[in-house]
Amino acid sequence: MLQTISVLIENKAGALLRVTAVLASRGYNIESLTVARTCDPELSRMTITVNAEEKLRVRIIAQMNKLINVVEAVDLTESPSSVRELVLLRLESATLCGRILEIASPVQARLAGPARNGFVIEATGSPADLDSWIRSFPGDTAVEITRSGGVAVPLEPRILPTPRPVATGAGRALAEPVLTA
Amino acid sequence: MTGAQILLECLAHEGVDCMFGYPGGVTLPLYDAIRDHQIRHVLVRHEQNAVFAAEGYARATGRVGVCCATSGPGATNLVTGLVDALMDSIPLVAITGQVSQALIGTDAFQEADTFSITRPATKHNYIVTSLKDLPRTIHEAFYLAASGRPGPVLVDIPKDIFLARGAYEPLTTIDLPGYSVRMEGDGVQISRAAEAIRAAKRPVIYAGGGIILGNATPELRDYVALSGAPAVCTLMGLGAIPTEHPQFISMPGMHGSYAANMAITDCDLLIALGVRFDDRVTGKLERFAPHARIIHVDIDPGEIGKNRVADIPLQGHAKTVIAQLNAELRAGGPVTPNAPWQRQVDDWKAEHPYDRAHAEHEIRPQHLMDEIDRLSAGEAIVCSDVGQHQMWAAQLLRFNEPRLWINSGGLGSMGFGLPSAIGAQYARPDKLVFAICGDGGFQMSIPELATIASLALPIKMIVMNNGYLGMVRQWQTLFYNNRLSSVELDCFPDVEKLAGAYGIKGRVVRDPAELAAALEDAIKEPGPFLLDVRVSPDANVYPMVPSGGAINEMVLGELTGARK
Repeated sequence: MLQTISVLIENKAGALLRVTAVLASRGYNIESLTVARTCDPELSRMTITVNAEEKLRVRIIAQMNKLINVVEAVDLTESPSSVRELVLLRLESATLCGRILEIASPVQARLAGPARNGFVIEATGSPADLDSWIRSFPGDTAVEITRSGGVAVPLEPRILPTPRPVATGAGRALAEPVLTA
Repeated sequence: MTGAQILLECLAHEGVDCMFGYPGGVTLPLYDAIRDHQIRHVLVRHEQNAVFAAEGYARATGRVGVCCATSGPGATNLVTGLVDALMDSIPLVAITGQVSQALIGTDAFQEADTFSITRPATKHNYIVTSLKDLPRTIHEAFYLAASGRPGPVLVDIPKDIFLARGAYEPLTTIDLPGYSVRMEGDGVQISRAAEAIRAAKRPVIYAGGGIILGNATPELRDYVALSGAPAVCTLMGLGAIPTEHPQFISMPGMHGSYAANMAITDCDLLIALGVRFDDRVTGKLERFAPHARIIHVDIDPGEIGKNRVADIPLQGHAKTVIAQLNAELRAGGPVTPNAPWQRQVDDWKAEHPYDRAHAEHEIRPQHLMDEIDRLSAGEAIVCSDVGQHQMWAAQLLRFNEPRLWINSGGLGSMGFGLPSAIGAQYARPDKLVFAICGDGGFQMSIPELATIASLALPIKMIVMNNGYLGMVRQWQTLFYNNRLSSVELDCFPDVEKLAGAYGIKGRVVRDPAELAAALEDAIKEPGPFLLDVRVSPDANVYPMVPSGGAINEMVLGELTGARK
């Protein structure tokens, strides 16, 4: 079972790379990644799906939270959250298209529009439901699939850390000891 | 004003009085502007030494060290020093030039992707893409470097930004929504910590670099007095407790004291203050302080529980948290130290003190450290390189105050000693500064003799010359059946001629009977002095915890050691 990490980051050049590098530099592959702006244009929300055991995941999230551009990284694996994913399928047969749309599944699937020599179906659902939906296709189905990766939202309201602005030069007072001769 | 002038104004606003650097093509506008500015530029002879010198400056004063390099090779030469500062949490701001934005990505002359190369080498880094962002970026860089867990911050500035013209409007605040610094420790955890301290039968204080960085020495010393517990300081924490303090049992870990390693192994409460349970301290982690509950105070929440689960985690600034702890302990009446535990620790201390014997036929490294210690008396700044001499210095030199012992701990960068002494002596002209190097590390730093001579910095350069890369040789001897491979440094320059070539004084000393006078003469010399001390070639550093072993299983010396 894969795990979900949700990261709220500043919408700045290089921020995405800093977050993904926390995983990459430890040799961990990212199973899926989505990122887009939130209501606040200064911030973006990332959803990262990984396969990392808990102890390591705790460390990875701590490292992400250390990043200056990260407002908050949280593990949604154990906490209540809603995870959805979008799948786009391109098929060349109208019959097949009909058969796929008739499969009973919690997945929401509908015809998105025509393609050259065929059709595009869009489907949304939880990543696991989409997996089993795709597995239930007739064996000879020739389709091209693009998946968005999961997007997640926690079900409980969260209080975000809100650091206050600091005066320029504030670091100086923090760092400097009183020197003795 | 030009971008270069605006940059200098921002640096001045941050209290910068000097920067260590090396100019180049894209930083020409900056070097032109610096001629007319009060900030002084110290020209080193290699960019790596600019960042080491800035580290020496920062470590000796607590202020943010500043270094500067040009694009491409200038910037890539900074990388080792940036990682060094990252590992030891040293506040630095590095300014690098970049090719003009129109040329970025075209493989332009002296172009390197500095932003990407230095991302994992810094606490945070920036590339400035518009002049209006420059002041905010510089002020953020200084705040990030100095606050929280300090570290290096790099600002990459394209040449067109240095040249662009605009008005400088001083910035009064900076806003970093993803960065907050927690100073105070959680009240509930403070109470729990105080209870645990009262209940402990065999406590040990384990204090590290966080005490020095956080200027928490007075609070720590208060706490040591209040609790009566034995205390160790890590390599990065030496000086936080005076070496001769009766409760001080020196450094723990691979080359730590017998008493420190035994006390940690037997303790029932380990009060970890600004430390990160480094592998060179813990040895085999599962057997480090196996009977102890852990109180872990650290400003970086990422450190707490990283290597060892903390029973009482206390995120906050060492100075604030220890003061809170002291107040809580005082409020509850005096802590009664456990006399049998104190006696046990004193016994360990007496049983196997560090070897400091002298010999008549050769200068033992311990003899050299003893003589340096006699002249320093715990008051001099000692900048060390990396290797055997570093361990002997850490074991045998006294440090009465913080910020006197300057060395590359986490990264272990050879070539650190001499340039860091440049920064330290520049910052503290009032202090006696020793640079103690091995013959290996010294040869990595020889170009800086020019900087030292040019600035007439009265650094006392002591080469502990054993003709080997001693620490690597020690491991080859002990763990590779004495099959020595590429560790013999069979050519070393004549230091009288070498120093003389730079117009400074140098001398070789081989005779143990002449050592004391040679060092005294070096100190009497008003300018720099290079002393090449020929020591026993085959001495090993003991105690030694073999890599991966538990720290109570020390090899104590040749007679009981693996070589017998």
